[in-house]
Amino acid sequence: MATKIKPEELLQTINLKPKFKNWMDVPVEFRKGTFNYAGSEEALIYLDQPNPRKWQTTDPDWKLPENWKEIILEGLRERLEKFRSLKIFMDICVRCGACADKCHFFLGSGDPKNMPVLRAELLRSVYRREFTTAGKIMGRMVGARDLTFDVLREWFYYFYQCTQCRRCSVFCPYGIDTAEITFLTRELMNLIGVNIDWIMTPVKNSYRTGNHLGIQPHGMKDSLEMATADIEEITGIHIDIPLNKKGAEVLFVTPSADFFGTPHYYTFLGYVMLFHEIGLDYTFSTYASEGGNFGSFVSHELMKRLNNKIYAEAKRLKVKWILGGECGHMWRVIHQYMDTMNGPADFLEVPRSPITGTVFENAKSTKMVHICEFTADLIYHGKIKLDPSRNDHWHATFHDSCNPSRGMGLIEEPRYIIKNVMRNFTEMPDNTIREQTFCCGSGAGLGTDENFEMRMRGGFPRANAAKYVKDKYGVNICLCICAIDKANLPHLFEFWAPGLEVGGVHEMVGNALVMSGEKPRETDLRFQPLINQEV
Amino acid sequence: MGLGISFIYFAIILFLAWIAGVLPFLKVFFTTVIPYVALVVFIVGVIARIIRWGRSPVPFRITTTCGQEKSLPWIRQNKLDNPSSWLGTLGRMLLEILFFRSLFRNTQAEFRGDRLVYSVDKWLWFFSLAFHWSFLIIFLRHFRFFTEPIPSFVTFLQNIDGFFQVGLPIIYITNILIVAGLLYLFLRRIFDSKVRIVSLPSDYFPLLLILGIAATGILMRYFFKTDLVAVKEFTVAILSFQSVSGDLINKLSPLFVIHFTFVCTLLIYFPMSKLMHLGGVFLSPTRNLANNNRMKRHINPWNYDVPVHTYEEYEDEFRDKMKAAGIPVEKEV
Amino acid sequence: MKLYDGWKIILGLIVFFAFFSLPVWINLSSAQSRVKPQLEYPKDSKQCVENKDYMNHYHMNLLNFWRDSVVRMNYRYVVRNGVVLTHNGKPLEMSLTLACLKCHNNKQKFCDQCHNYLDVKPYCWDCHIEPKGGLK
Repeated sequence: MATKIKPEELLQTINLKPKFKNWMDVPVEFRKGTFNYAGSEEALIYLDQPNPRKWQTTDPDWKLPENWKEIILEGLRERLEKFRSLKIFMDICVRCGACADKCHFFLGSGDPKNMPVLRAELLRSVYRREFTTAGKIMGRMVGARDLTFDVLREWFYYFYQCTQCRRCSVFCPYGIDTAEITFLTRELMNLIGVNIDWIMTPVKNSYRTGNHLGIQPHGMKDSLEMATADIEEITGIHIDIPLNKKGAEVLFVTPSADFFGTPHYYTFLGYVMLFHEIGLDYTFSTYASEGGNFGSFVSHELMKRLNNKIYAEAKRLKVKWILGGECGHMWRVIHQYMDTMNGPADFLEVPRSPITGTVFENAKSTKMVHICEFTADLIYHGKIKLDPSRNDHWHATFHDSCNPSRGMGLIEEPRYIIKNVMRNFTEMPDNTIREQTFCCGSGAGLGTDENFEMRMRGGFPRANAAKYVKDKYGVNICLCICAIDKANLPHLFEFWAPGLEVGGVHEMVGNALVMSGEKPRETDLRFQPLINQEV
Repeated sequence: MGLGISFIYFAIILFLAWIAGVLPFLKVFFTTVIPYVALVVFIVGVIARIIRWGRSPVPFRITTTCGQEKSLPWIRQNKLDNPSSWLGTLGRMLLEILFFRSLFRNTQAEFRGDRLVYSVDKWLWFFSLAFHWSFLIIFLRHFRFFTEPIPSFVTFLQNIDGFFQVGLPIIYITNILIVAGLLYLFLRRIFDSKVRIVSLPSDYFPLLLILGIAATGILMRYFFKTDLVAVKEFTVAILSFQSVSGDLINKLSPLFVIHFTFVCTLLIYFPMSKLMHLGGVFLSPTRNLANNNRMKRHINPWNYDVPVHTYEEYEDEFRDKMKAAGIPVEKEV
Repeated sequence: MKLYDGWKIILGLIVFFAFFSLPVWINLSSAQSRVKPQLEYPKDSKQCVENKDYMNHYHMNLLNFWRDSVVRMNYRYVVRNGVVLTHNGKPLEMSLTLACLKCHNNKQKFCDQCHNYLDVKPYCWDCHIEPKGGLK
């Protein structure tokens, strides 16, 4: 890990009332700890992406193709014709500044170019120069500027300091969505091979092995067997976890970090125990072993190429419908893109819970249901037995993940589950939850060690709200439904709010789930002793 | 950036308009040619811009959801902030366009010690709403100068707007609100450093221009009265394509010519500027689409086939390992 | 040329065009748009309390001043340079009914001409009785 800045020092550097300077005159500075390394040559070659080469973001020469400007401008022209969103968002911003202090990166850095409006202006200034009459004639006077290498470096730096969380879009009076602008600018940069390794290598892995960690089929099998063993130790019940099983009713797709990561793994145990207890006929898949979509961090095409596996595998395994695990960006892709890109899913049936008989009308076209919708329905119909006292050693708060809340609206389902599986639950302050939730600071492919300082800055508003409930109400775990959250929040809280743990909603379900034939539980899924138990 | 430049542009237009009010030749040009140019540029320009937007498709349904989705029947959906039907979407759009729903959420973040707190900040919402509504009502009230006969809504609006019957002529509430709104929007661009950094000349200029329109209007109503009968004869003639006599133009006061020139400038400036948010807000895909993504398939007209890594290719690469681990395979060899 | 969501956009554009061209349609659809105010001036008086130009622009301020002087200060007569003005040998009262309307005795053909044309609804007649046609 990079040399660590201390929290107090970091706080000192944040000034939310930045001094006035003409932003076009402020050069971008690649400060150690605040940017990501360049995409690897190997990944680009494997994926057949433009301009694979060995280079580094700190190099003075990025080894760009000779005509890189034309490529970008032509790419921009093409995207303006393909995306009405881009045209509108380029044209109608009035720079009212309502978004300015809504971005977690601005709140954690005080850098004006992290205000969503200015982030968009980085692209908009070039758009004006090339695509508007006023910009062609009047240049800087109307906020237009030429595309230069410095502008490109600025794009790289700041469009990889946006986690596409869409919080600004909630507050914008015209709904201008910086995620869309970031998305398309990253796509433009990708046209000349400017991208980051922590996106491109996972994309390559997902493409080849089905998951971003590059776990091969037998590795996944090992992980499932480990889960079997752990569950047996905790509950005394032996569970065989179905893998690539043809003819199962349901295909279950979850972020691959669930198989290995901590604390993701406990959530994974929770799923498996739940499915066993209700007798769900389901299967995991090695081919579609990744719910998360790293392609969605760099281009629509790569998003589609990775997402393709889910429907393809559902078709091959002849399942009836698909269930999806706890993940953030994954659900943005599934909810808002999958059906359009890779549908229609006419080979599947409208999802129907075999336990409760509930037909998920809200997923009748895409045919994929969120695990929280599924479990909330089970609990509502009293189909599972729960002992919330088994979670008494936890006092939880819930972090809404950006994409399920702002790209879907999954807000009450996880809360309903939490309130049924545990007894101590406290919300964080109103302006930091639900549709106003703050990103963990590492979404959209930014969760690297080399970017550590910027992640801590970006996650600051989230951590600050969590610290508040930790200090005031004794909250000791922050629950979330996103794999990137689960990977990043532990570091974030270690930095800003030491002592606060991170867990998934279905980990708590697994703890509270009373399973038929189980032995008295002595520990939770983390092998921590339970309290208040009559053993 | 750009405050000075905007002032210079504004001053040039003011100067030209003032000269036009005094020099007969220019006055004829500014009152009989420019208004038609302005009207054509405005109408054609706005339509052209919106059609330009319309020619790009909306490939994905990227609604920004701001409340509970429609899912299980017993979970209460937030039908206005996260609509799933066209009716809810209509409601959301009406709230957005008529009452600035999103701006109403505005907060201000600040440090209280080590803690970030978000205080409610409705000023931007209030003054923006006050400005926009006042502008609309003032425009509608001006129909008393635009048309003969005068539509009945004008009298109604004048009665409501002048409800307090203070002053002579009666002071309209909207006249105060529009100036207050414009001043607030202008001053925060200068004094809020965040907004100042992002402000361009094209942000200050329209505020100055509209402020100029409001100020000259108020001056004419209360202080330097103009021959309103002549003004109306003139505007009605313009707006019904009748000829305007030199005699009538002579009766128009210089202050009126300035007011009128500002309005023409605004009309010409409108379609090529950020003021097009008037049309754009209707077309914003994060707001005007229902969040029914998983219920109803959205079609992308340019959806194309992409290279994929098929299961067969995958199994070919990992078949031995899969078999060794006891994972079922499609082909044994 | 393909327009996506075409009918919605075209509908919106029609509404836009209709709204902003409304004044033109109203004017073109009525012959009234060519009618201009025709003021009938008193035949037997040649002079008003102020010159014509001032009265044209500022008569409302004058009447307001008169109203305040009479009702609030109890000053009843028009004074110019310390001397009370007279009309037909009698002191000139600051009064709509007893001064103005004596000469301008036809409201419809004088006051209403401009007021109606510009949709001005002065509240004079909230208190004063409207003179009906040719008042004596």
